[in-house]
Amino acid sequence: MSDITKQSLSELVKNIKNKKVSSEEITKEFVNRSEKSKELNAYITEDYSSALDKAKKFDQKPNLDLKLPGIPIAVKDLFCTKNIRTTAGSKILNNFVPTYESTVTQNIWNEGAVLLGKLNCDEFAMGSSNETSFFGNVQNPIDKNLVPGGSSGGSASAVAGQLTPITIGTDTGGSIRQPASFTGTVGLKPTYGSCSRYGIVAFASSLDQAGPMAQNVKDCALLQEVISTYDSKDSTSINFKRNEYSKELTNNIKGKKIGIPKEYRVDGMPKEIEDLWQKGINYAKDCGAEIIDISLPHTSYALPTYYIVAPAEASSNLARYDGVKYGFRAKGENLIDMYEKTRSEGFGAEVQRRIMIGTYVLSSGYYDAYYLKAQKVRKLIKNDFDEAYKKVDAILTPSTPSAAFKIGEKKDDPVSMYLNDIFTVPVNLAGLPGISIPAGHDSKGYPLGLQIIGKAFDEQNILNIAYAMEEKIDFKNKITDWWIK
Amino acid sequence: MSIDLKTIKHISKLSRISVDDQKAEKLANDLNSIFKFIEKLNELKTDKVLPLTSVAETSLKLRSDEVKSNNIREQIVKNSPQDNEDYFVVPKVIE
Repeated sequence: MSDITKQSLSELVKNIKNKKVSSEEITKEFVNRSEKSKELNAYITEDYSSALDKAKKFDQKPNLDLKLPGIPIAVKDLFCTKNIRTTAGSKILNNFVPTYESTVTQNIWNEGAVLLGKLNCDEFAMGSSNETSFFGNVQNPIDKNLVPGGSSGGSASAVAGQLTPITIGTDTGGSIRQPASFTGTVGLKPTYGSCSRYGIVAFASSLDQAGPMAQNVKDCALLQEVISTYDSKDSTSINFKRNEYSKELTNNIKGKKIGIPKEYRVDGMPKEIEDLWQKGINYAKDCGAEIIDISLPHTSYALPTYYIVAPAEASSNLARYDGVKYGFRAKGENLIDMYEKTRSEGFGAEVQRRIMIGTYVLSSGYYDAYYLKAQKVRKLIKNDFDEAYKKVDAILTPSTPSAAFKIGEKKDDPVSMYLNDIFTVPVNLAGLPGISIPAGHDSKGYPLGLQIIGKAFDEQNILNIAYAMEEKIDFKNKITDWWIK
Repeated sequence: MSIDLKTIKHISKLSRISVDDQKAEKLANDLNSIFKFIEKLNELKTDKVLPLTSVAETSLKLRSDEVKSNNIREQIVKNSPQDNEDYFVVPKVIE
C-alpha cells in the first residue's frame, strides 16, 4: 500500500481494524515521508525509531477496540511528553526533558496511537507565521517560501504535507484555525475548559486551548472525542457531558440558524474573502440552514483587548524561566545578572516584546488604565456573543482576512502580523468553540478558510455544520510534493 | 502617550530581561506602535462594566493534598542547567 500517507485518519483506522494493514506498515510510511520532507522543517524533534518499536509492539497484541489503534501521530512541541524533549520552539527550553505527560497527549496514547515526533511552532506559541521559532521557520506545503501560519505552523504543515495523519495544536488567539486556513486543513479550537491544559507549556492561561488539526471534519471530530476529557489536574477543566463527536456527526443541519456578523466585514478586506464568505453563506443555505444577520458591536475592540490580556498573562507565566531549575542558563556575575542575561539570550524578540507589554500593563500606575480596562472590554465582547446566541445556533465568518503570505513579508511589523487574528481572537476572548474549514482558493491558488463559531460546549453542532458544508464545498487541496526530491 | 527609553529600561528591570541601548530603542518603537493600536479601547465607556476574569463560570474546586509522583528528584534535578546531584545550583547570593 504505497498510498498510505494519502489516506485520512478514519480510513487508516478502518483499514487497521479490518487487518488490511498493520501499525508498523503505516508507521513506516509516515516515517519515510517525514524523512523525505526535512525541507518543510515541520519537526523539531523526531522520534521515529521508538515510533516503529511501539508500532511493532502494538501489532504483536493489537487492541482493535481502541479509537486510534496503532496510528502514528506527531504533536505540537508545546505538549509535554514524558522523557522526550519539549521545547515550545524556544532556546530557553532547548534541552528540557519533561518528567510527565500532558493529559491531552496521554489521552491520545491511551487510545493506541504512537508518537512520531514533536512539531515546530512559534516560540511559546507567540506568532502567526511560525517565524518566531528558535528552530527556524516552517514551509507551507502549498508553496515554497509561503508561511504555514502560526503558531501551530509545524502541525498544519505536517497534516497538509501528509507527514502525520492528524495532529494537535493549541489556540490562544487563532493558532489552530489560522494555520489550518493557510494550509487547506481543518482545525478546531474547542470551548475553554474542554481539553485539559495540564502539561501544555502555558502562554495565556485564560485563553489557551488544545485542539485537533485534520484533513477533514470527521477525523477532527474523532480526535476531539479522544482529547476532550475532564481533568482534575487543570483547575479550569469543566465537567460537562461530552459527546462521542464522530459517532454523532450528521450532515443534517436543516433549520439551524446561522448568524452573519456585519462587523466582520472589515475595512480593506480583499474581495476574494468577501466572495468566499458569500459562497459559504450560499452553501449553508443549500444545506438547509437559515441565515440571519446579526451584530457583534465590539468586534473591532477584540484585538486591542487581546494584546493586553494575552501578554499580561504571558509575562506572568513566563516568569518561571529563570535559568535555575531547567532550560538554558547564561553566565552572570551574580544571581540577578544571571536571570537577566538568561532571559535576554534565551527568549526571542517577539517573546521579549510580549513580556515587556505584559509587564508594562500590569505595572503600578498602569494596571487600571490597561489591564482592568481590557478585562471590562472582554466582558462586552462576551456579552455580544451571548446576545447573538439568543437568535442563532452558530456564526459563520471568514477564518482570516487573507490567504497565506510570504516568509518575511510581515516579520518586521508586529501590528500587521497581529491583524491576521482579527476574526479568530474574539472567539478565544469569549471562550467559545470555533472551527476553520477549507472553503476555496484565492487568485494565486492558495487555500482560504471559513470559520464556524458555536455556543460554549456546543462542539457537536459546529462539527455538524462543518461536516455538511464540507460535503457541499468539496474542497481539493493542491499539494504537489514540491519539497520531495 | 509615548513610551520613552527610561520607561523601557524600567520595564526591562521588572521583566528581568537585560536590554542594551540599541535594543531599547527598537523596543520603544515597537511598543509605541502596539500601544497606539491598543489605545482604541479608550473610545469605550466602561465605568459600569464588571471585568471578566474567567470565561469558565465555575468556582475553584478543592482536592486532597496528596503526593502522586514519588521519587522523581533525580529526573527533575537532571534538567537543571548546572549539574549537582541533590540541589539546584545558582550564583552565590550571600557574601
